[in-house]
Amino acid sequence: MLEKALTGNRTYWTWIFFLLAVIGAGGICWLWQFNTGLTITGLGRDVVWGFYIAQFTFLVGVAASAVMVVLPYYLHNYKAFGKMTILGEFLAIAAVIMCMSFIFVDMGRPDRIFNVFLHPTPHSMMFWDTVALSGYLVLNLVISFTTLSCERRGEPPPKWIKPVIILSIPWAVSIHTVTAFLYSGLAARPFWMTAILAPRFLASAFAAGPALLILLALIVRKFTNFDPGKQAIQKLAEIVTYAMIINVFFVLMEVFTALYSDIPEHVHHFEFLFTGIEGNTTMAPWMWLSVLLAIVSLVILVNPATRRTETTLIVGCIAVFGSLWIDKGLGMVIAGFVPSPLGKVVHYAPTFPELTISLAIYATGILIVTALYKIALEVRGQMKVESLD
Amino acid sequence: MYDAGKIIVGLVVFVVLATSPLWINVLTDEGPEAPTIVYPTNGSTECVESKEFMIPNHMDLLNEWRDEVVRDGTRDYVSTSNGKTFDMSLSRTCMDCHSNKAEFCDACHTYLAVSPYCWDCHVEPKGAN
Amino acid sequence: MAGNRRDFLKLAGLTALGATGASSIKATKADASTGGGHAENSSDGVRLAMVIDLRKFTKNDALIQRCIDACHETHNVPNFENDPKNEIKWIWSDDFETAFHSQEFHFIREDLKEKPTLLLCNHCDNPPCTRVCPTQATWKRESDGIVMMDWHRCIGCRYCVVACPYGSRSFNFKDPRPGIDEITVDYPTRMKGVVEKCTFCEERLARGLEPACVEVCDNDEIIFGDLNDPTSKVRQVLAERMAIRRKAGLGTQPEVYYIIDDPRTLQEVAPAAVVEVAEGGDHA
Repeated sequence: MLEKALTGNRTYWTWIFFLLAVIGAGGICWLWQFNTGLTITGLGRDVVWGFYIAQFTFLVGVAASAVMVVLPYYLHNYKAFGKMTILGEFLAIAAVIMCMSFIFVDMGRPDRIFNVFLHPTPHSMMFWDTVALSGYLVLNLVISFTTLSCERRGEPPPKWIKPVIILSIPWAVSIHTVTAFLYSGLAARPFWMTAILAPRFLASAFAAGPALLILLALIVRKFTNFDPGKQAIQKLAEIVTYAMIINVFFVLMEVFTALYSDIPEHVHHFEFLFTGIEGNTTMAPWMWLSVLLAIVSLVILVNPATRRTETTLIVGCIAVFGSLWIDKGLGMVIAGFVPSPLGKVVHYAPTFPELTISLAIYATGILIVTALYKIALEVRGQMKVESLD
Repeated sequence: MYDAGKIIVGLVVFVVLATSPLWINVLTDEGPEAPTIVYPTNGSTECVESKEFMIPNHMDLLNEWRDEVVRDGTRDYVSTSNGKTFDMSLSRTCMDCHSNKAEFCDACHTYLAVSPYCWDCHVEPKGAN
Repeated sequence: MAGNRRDFLKLAGLTALGATGASSIKATKADASTGGGHAENSSDGVRLAMVIDLRKFTKNDALIQRCIDACHETHNVPNFENDPKNEIKWIWSDDFETAFHSQEFHFIREDLKEKPTLLLCNHCDNPPCTRVCPTQATWKRESDGIVMMDWHRCIGCRYCVVACPYGSRSFNFKDPRPGIDEITVDYPTRMKGVVEKCTFCEERLARGLEPACVEVCDNDEIIFGDLNDPTSKVRQVLAERMAIRRKAGLGTQPEVYYIIDDPRTLQEVAPAAVVEVAEGGDHA
């Protein structure tokens, strides 16, 4: 079945080699980083987690979002999602691999990564995050390949797969909860130490992930004979809408608690994000863009007419994804460090090698999605029949 | 098997090439010499343990010392061969006598293409011994 | 052939998973003794602490730099001048207002405002940094309360740096050796990719010496000792003087105390209270 990713037309192979080129460039930068140290990034003594960890945080959400197709289909027999579940699971696999890659490139001593397994530490949330992510990857690999290979043979899936699939549902919730726990239990970082962080993470994950899934399904439809069906797309769009509303509500709750209580330790981080403090205004334009995109997305998605029209739906999904990527992938992590525990305002911006390595990891994820989707569609006989040139 | 003839011939050629360092050495009786290790000239005759023990076991011994000193806070090692007590320290004990890293430690390590990263942190004493 | 290849791959994958899992389970058993997390305030064993007498530090005091140099030279801490991003510091000085900025001082007494305050790892009794370390590369020693570092095990994830409310920890973003003027042979350097901090000079304590920064003090500017010993100097001075700790409200139980004191004696302002204290008053 895997060999189906190794055949394709000119478009397919051009795309693959383009992705490999990006990965190669990032690989070279990573070798440079491995030799010289993380000093080649924009990180510093005060901002020790930056772009890499922020991408990891965002992508855990995307990985968890597979549950939004799996739950309705397997738990509630929502037939319309039948063709989508494999796309969601494959997206989850790619997302988890990207998460693990971002962690790997962020480590000071990646050669010692097995220490996390050799010296398990139950009181550390990072240990549980490793367990949760590894388990989720295994779950999705087993589920997707079992169901797909049974589909290929025209057989019903084996009985034991059903409890495994059911397990993946709370497991998906747990991976993003434990990632939130990395942040929300730290007395040192009042910006993150809020009970609503885990619910917020989940809400934004269930908005951004399905939005991406809609876009991916429509892209696949453009290039192949695959059609998710209007009902599936619309139901996903509704899920994105509700999740985004809840997420925006949660963000407003955070803003209220911080600003109304007026405690400096809480207020300063929001000030940094939205107005800038002491001359550091790098985040402000991004955060207001995120707000604007959120408003645009809600206007499009809440209004049934624009949600049901595909072109506007696409704009809405891009707006959701963009808004939430800025929120989690830029704002949330960096703002935890500015101001520092001693009240210092410091600057952070990712450097060129840092961004190249990150781009390479994204390219890896896209490559995995491409290859896996190709396999799925070949199995279903839904690749376009074109002349090979 | 399809193309059995070509595959088997190719396989044999590969195995011969891949194992060539081994059989060339056996046949010609040449090849790199065993490393010459220079022993301490500071008059010391007693190591922490015997040479026969140290050659295969110094890596495990050092790992054990590392965990005892850093994680358990104990610094005294009682030798099993001579009963003496030593301070468990690479730089202060081992390299007090074996102070010429290039002629002692590196002689074997380079020959075997082993690069332990001890000296990324632990400081070698200056001067030969 | 195809079916057998799949089964082989499945078997190989399962074996690899099993091997990793088995070694993890074995390791959990082995590591049970070096549990991280916090230590309850135990009355047995030693609890090392430091008292910094801020009354004795003035604005242009050379002692501050002597303390910092003693520590950094003894421990091969690199000096990356004018490079705040890559800076490594085990002990440093900031002004009083910054050191205690969560107190939100207003109308602070002039001499206190700019008083140089030595800052270092507080070796908390309830340390958040050891709680988060995924490999127990940092942990609280039961025997004496020191929050230790194992540079052989640290994976450089910097979670401890994130969790520390005091900014006490530094990460080696690059190889530190070029930044060390003269390497002290007696003590290792660290390599790039690990986090480091003050260890209360545990290697000197093992040889019966005082911490380096304490040694260069000649007037008890820094006092060091065992809180569990009621006759120790640290206990005596804490019984007599008013001391505060950084961000104590977070529950970390920091064990570095700072004596701040009213320069006017109690006799001047409240003679009656002096009588009360002498008669044994209220013991907290």
